[in-house]
Amino acid sequence: MTAATGDGRQRILVAVAVFPGSNDDRDAAAALERVGATAVRVWHDEEALPAGTAAVVLPGGFSYGDYLRCGAIARFSPIMRAVAAFAADGGLVLGICNGFQILTEARLLPGTLRPNHTLSFVCRDVRVRVERTDTAFTDRCRRDSTLTLPVKHGEGAWFADAELLADLERNGQVVLRYDGGENPNGAIGDVAGVVNADGNVFGLMPHPEHAVDPLLGSTDGALVLGSLVDAARLSAAAFV
Amino acid sequence: MRATVIVRPKAGILDPQGQAVEGSLRHLGFAVDKARVGRVVDLDVTAVDAADARGQIARMCEQLLANPLIESYDIELCEDA
Repeated sequence: MTAATGDGRQRILVAVAVFPGSNDDRDAAAALERVGATAVRVWHDEEALPAGTAAVVLPGGFSYGDYLRCGAIARFSPIMRAVAAFAADGGLVLGICNGFQILTEARLLPGTLRPNHTLSFVCRDVRVRVERTDTAFTDRCRRDSTLTLPVKHGEGAWFADAELLADLERNGQVVLRYDGGENPNGAIGDVAGVVNADGNVFGLMPHPEHAVDPLLGSTDGALVLGSLVDAARLSAAAFV
Repeated sequence: MRATVIVRPKAGILDPQGQAVEGSLRHLGFAVDKARVGRVVDLDVTAVDAADARGQIARMCEQLLANPLIESYDIELCEDA
């Protein structure tokens, strides 16, 4: 689904999945609208994404009360079958915080998220280093730059065993890393965000959707969401 | 058939919950060198025999009850139940 924006570009449709316990879906939708998308929130028991969906965002929150493990139950929601099929076709999928946890549980992203090493909930701005600017999710970022983004999670310590981490490093799948000594959760390799091997599914613990308004201290999140919208517009155009 | 699944953090995996429990037990004066915190799931499973139950529960563990990246699991069957 597309509609002209004020600057003549097409507005592309981004679906924001909503699970029971999601709580960042409205912020995500508002932030996506701000960077030029039309955002539609989609309830978890829908079996299909809206016609014309150009990208999917899985938002933060506490889906299913974080029962069993964070994201472990949400990944069986009907909408996740549609999201997995969309991703398998090359569709762009972004998971933020709980959305990242859901994507690892669904095995759409490597590794897993574990309780913070401090066992305490962490809620503050962190700086993350952009390791790659040639992805669909970081294309608007400057090379060798850092982003200031808020984190707010109790289980955000990304983990992979040494072999998996080495594979991911070799493939360039570590896209965001907590910068110099700012690792807030004990993540292995200071990993804050990883992309899948095909480059179309990305997850991160920091919240770009909470960093799009100067009033809140940083607008760096708009670089991530804007990159996604740019890439989605390109992929939507390719299918026309 | 009744069964109990015990899910544990794999050896070598940092277990901050276990560390916190260990520290608290020491505060209470217990001589504890190590504590690891896992999860217990009690199940009632429809199965034709023990092997069938064990197979089903192993699949449950692989698909949902445990995260094979970081957790191991043990299955205990109560065959007379």
